Amino acid sequence: MKILFPFFAVIALVLLAVLGTAANLHFLFGVVIPYAALFIFIFGVIYRVLKWAKSPVPFCIPTTCGQQKSLPWIKQNKLENPSSTLHVIGRMALEVLTFRSLFRNIKGELRDSSKFVYGSDKWLWLGGIAFHYAFLIVLLRHIRLFAEPTPAYLYILEAFDGFLQIGIPRLFATGVVLLAAAAFLFLRRIYVPQVRYISLAADYFPLFLIMCIAATGIIMRYFFKTDIVGVKELTMGLVSFSPVIPKGVGSIFYVHLLLVSALFAYFPFSKLVHMAGVFLSPTRNMVANSREFRHVNPWNYPVKVHTYEEYEEDFREKMKMAEIPVEKE
Amino acid sequence: MYNGGKILIGIIVFLLFAAFPFYNNIGKVSAKPEPKLDTPVIQQLAEKKCVEPKEFMKAEHMQMLNDWRDAAIREGKRIYVNSEGKIFNISLQNTCMNCHSNKKEFCDKCHAYAAVKPYCWTCHIEPKEKRS
Repeated sequence: MKILFPFFAVIALVLLAVLGTAANLHFLFGVVIPYAALFIFIFGVIYRVLKWAKSPVPFCIPTTCGQQKSLPWIKQNKLENPSSTLHVIGRMALEVLTFRSLFRNIKGELRDSSKFVYGSDKWLWLGGIAFHYAFLIVLLRHIRLFAEPTPAYLYILEAFDGFLQIGIPRLFATGVVLLAAAAFLFLRRIYVPQVRYISLAADYFPLFLIMCIAATGIIMRYFFKTDIVGVKELTMGLVSFSPVIPKGVGSIFYVHLLLVSALFAYFPFSKLVHMAGVFLSPTRNMVANSREFRHVNPWNYPVKVHTYEEYEEDFREKMKMAEIPVEKE
Repeated sequence: MYNGGKILIGIIVFLLFAAFPFYNNIGKVSAKPEPKLDTPVIQQLAEKKCVEPKEFMKAEHMQMLNDWRDAAIREGKRIYVNSEGKIFNISLQNTCMNCHSNKKEFCDKCHAYAAVKPYCWTCHIEPKEKRS
């Protein structure tokens, strides 16, 4: 159920786009839905970020895994236990750009039925980093459909991406890597029992969606070719707010477009919003200086205190009569 | 809101990336490319037909050129029989470019628009065209 429901949801989206183009609803699927999806994406992400920003962080909770700043002759691990903003920036850059926390992943295993050993386990990191960077480059490559003239750096990117010169149109390595990495991340959820146990429909849906997006993109480029000039006419119309629906763009393009729109609209309300969330996670972006500075809980309300001096002021005469020593005579 | 300044910077950076296609195209006019077919050789043709039907050529010309390259250079075959049974000489420069002698007005129009850089001309000599 957790796998089948999202699977059929994606199939339903594909069928919806096919039926929509068959029913001549090109304007709805080519213009209205993409605009709506982008609107939801941009404002949804901003809404989520503002909502996070409104939540106070009551405790100093960076997760550290290295020597904290201490006596001068003890070497500090600045990236794993940051004591200044600069260290935090370095730590965040490592996390965002190289997925450091996944790289540190270890796995316990029982060897010879008596020894329990821990070892490095990089498969999730490898799948994750291949997936994210391939997706980034695929996304950047699509700028050619949204900029006229196409910026020069895109030609360089495409030259590297297609440098194997396999077939015509040239095979882009990132397209294959994206599909393979997403498939790996999916199979990992199915084959590893522990991961399968904690996987929900919300974990499978984006995977199916992205696999289907990559597959339709690959089909459009290499197999059932779509009219790329017509596609660019449509996309340029969208970004210049003068939408046009060119004739002759096949329904496979509208399937791709609807799936991408679904991904964008789904983005802010799902786990995918970790794109923004990674920057706002207190366990990563806080300075580990709890021994230097007191972290004040922002929602601490002022507590009315009654100091000993005030107490003595109130009861001095009575204390003296009871022969209790007082500080001030 | 906590850390308002940092949050604002983050949102602005996000918007700069997300809205790039929109502000990048402000004030730019992009017209759909119209490849020109009015070369002298084409105008003299009795029947204005390419090697294969137009729709096929539009979608599959790159695949066909690749097959032609393999046939001519790797297998030494120089004869192509099209879907109507007509025979063509397999040659980019003597068959394709004979009619489509206007590379700048024909090939480059769509290729530039769709940001495609075919590597035909790393081996073949690019036709010298007079700028008209």
